[in-house]
Amino acid sequence: MTHLDYAEPEAPVIAGVKGDWEMVIGLEVHAQITSQAKLFSGASTAFGAEPNANVSFVDAGMPGMLPVVNEYCIEQAVRTGLGLKAAINLNSAFDRKNYFYPDLPQGYQISQLYHPLVGAGEVIVDMGPGLARRVRIERIHVEQDAGKSIHDMDPALSFVDLNRTGVALMEIVSRPDIRGPEEAAAYVTKLRQILRYLGTCDGNMQEGSLRADVNVSVRPAGSDALGTRCEIKNMNSMRFIQAAINFEARRQIAILEDGGSIDQETRLFSPDRGETRPMRSKEEAHDYRYFPCPDLLPLTIEQAWVDGIAASLPELPDEKKARFVREYGVTEYDAGVLTAERAAADFFEDVARGRDGKAAANWVVNALFGRLNKQGLGIADSPVTAAQLGGVLDLIAAGDISGKIAKDLFEILWAEGGDPAAIVDTRGMRQVTDEAAIEAVIDQVIADNPAQVEKARVNPKLAGWFVGQVMKATGGKANPQAVNTLVARKLGL
Amino acid sequence: MAIDEATARRVAHLARIAVDEADLPALAAELSGILSFVEELEAVDVEGVEPMTAVSPMRLKRRPDAVTAGGDPAPVLANAPDAREGFFAVPKVVE
Repeated sequence: MTHLDYAEPEAPVIAGVKGDWEMVIGLEVHAQITSQAKLFSGASTAFGAEPNANVSFVDAGMPGMLPVVNEYCIEQAVRTGLGLKAAINLNSAFDRKNYFYPDLPQGYQISQLYHPLVGAGEVIVDMGPGLARRVRIERIHVEQDAGKSIHDMDPALSFVDLNRTGVALMEIVSRPDIRGPEEAAAYVTKLRQILRYLGTCDGNMQEGSLRADVNVSVRPAGSDALGTRCEIKNMNSMRFIQAAINFEARRQIAILEDGGSIDQETRLFSPDRGETRPMRSKEEAHDYRYFPCPDLLPLTIEQAWVDGIAASLPELPDEKKARFVREYGVTEYDAGVLTAERAAADFFEDVARGRDGKAAANWVVNALFGRLNKQGLGIADSPVTAAQLGGVLDLIAAGDISGKIAKDLFEILWAEGGDPAAIVDTRGMRQVTDEAAIEAVIDQVIADNPAQVEKARVNPKLAGWFVGQVMKATGGKANPQAVNTLVARKLGL
Repeated sequence: MAIDEATARRVAHLARIAVDEADLPALAAELSGILSFVEELEAVDVEGVEPMTAVSPMRLKRRPDAVTAGGDPAPVLANAPDAREGFFAVPKVVE
């Protein structure tokens, strides 16, 4: 078993005035390829540089400059394709997509319309334990990003920064297999997770490394027909994607129930208003006049090279999750949390190796991740190392400390660091399992509280009070099971 | 394939080339002439023939992933009609 079994979820429906409707959604995700240099030039891809600092004459569209493809960007796109179980096309080609805009100094974007590098693949989108939607990938092509225009620095002028111009993008095109806003967000989340595992895109949505165009149409629930779709452009947040789909689906349903028809058009989502609106015609180029880029020969790659990339792929989220369930006996939910990020999964395995997997998962997910999230930290910033947490688990397993003391120990490790076993010794945190010692404490508590003893004999539930007193007197170090048993025996319950 | 005046007007607009209305008939005729000249090639049967992309067999040249250019905005902006604070300054593109 390399994958967990799953069933496809029911498509969510929106209740209209005249009946139920179902959403049909496909996404085009633009993912920035992680590389040092741009797709066709030697300029840097670093984010946040001074305006126009990362621009070569190729990017600026200077006359006579010719593009030379960055082989690593192609390798990254192939790696992505392999990670999405997709067909790799050994022969692909670059085309020009022509349009005029100030942040596109060439006057065209070099893209791949007719012969993309990557063909059909799939993403399994987790929708809860045992539930997943299989979303087919139609294609992935490689293309140049455009620059950035800033419109609010001068009343009469736009300011153009070409640092992004020519940075390599993958456009990942899904089939219309997505059935609702939650699924769309889950699809982007899963895609982002896979890209981050592969190291082909950092998935930083705030910096624009991952943006999505969303195609939405609606149809009567249960129908197989495809309605007319609208495309909502360029969204860089999961929340906006969901809000835009919610609005757009309801807008279309209202028009159709009113007897109208949907115009196929490109729309923009306004986060302030929570609405989509048609793009102004000025912003929309209708005629891209694609043709093969005469500056670039077709791209031919060799199967042996592709095989080499395939051999270097890391274990991907679906396989890792299934393995965690199988090897460590953790729940599917915990396995999902543990494998969300590769670094977190590695941390868990360092803790779990040779120990009780369920206990390790419990400590990593609840204690560690809970604490990290609370303080807004990532796994890389964790003050507690995997070795330290493993040490805590070893002390629990050996009966040296109780679960409650372990929580205190975790707090000490978090705040001060140090070796767990040494801390337990120097601070006298070791659990008292010596029955004689515990009995002595119980005898003292009984002797000090004769009235409570009488009450407890009538109402055995009061034994808990004695257990509490004993734990208090021993600083929580007494073995709880031993205390329970001994208290009951001493009280004659 | 004949290019009419409307198509000539549209092509000029897409290419952002200003063409006077008075010049459109002549331009349309010239474009039609070029297209009909090229259309002679359609008489050739190319069924099953791979498109030729280069005269001699060549592999697409690749570059390694290394930063070898950029780092200085000054030469990039040198020919710009207007540049301010490191940006190209252009007439406003949204209202």
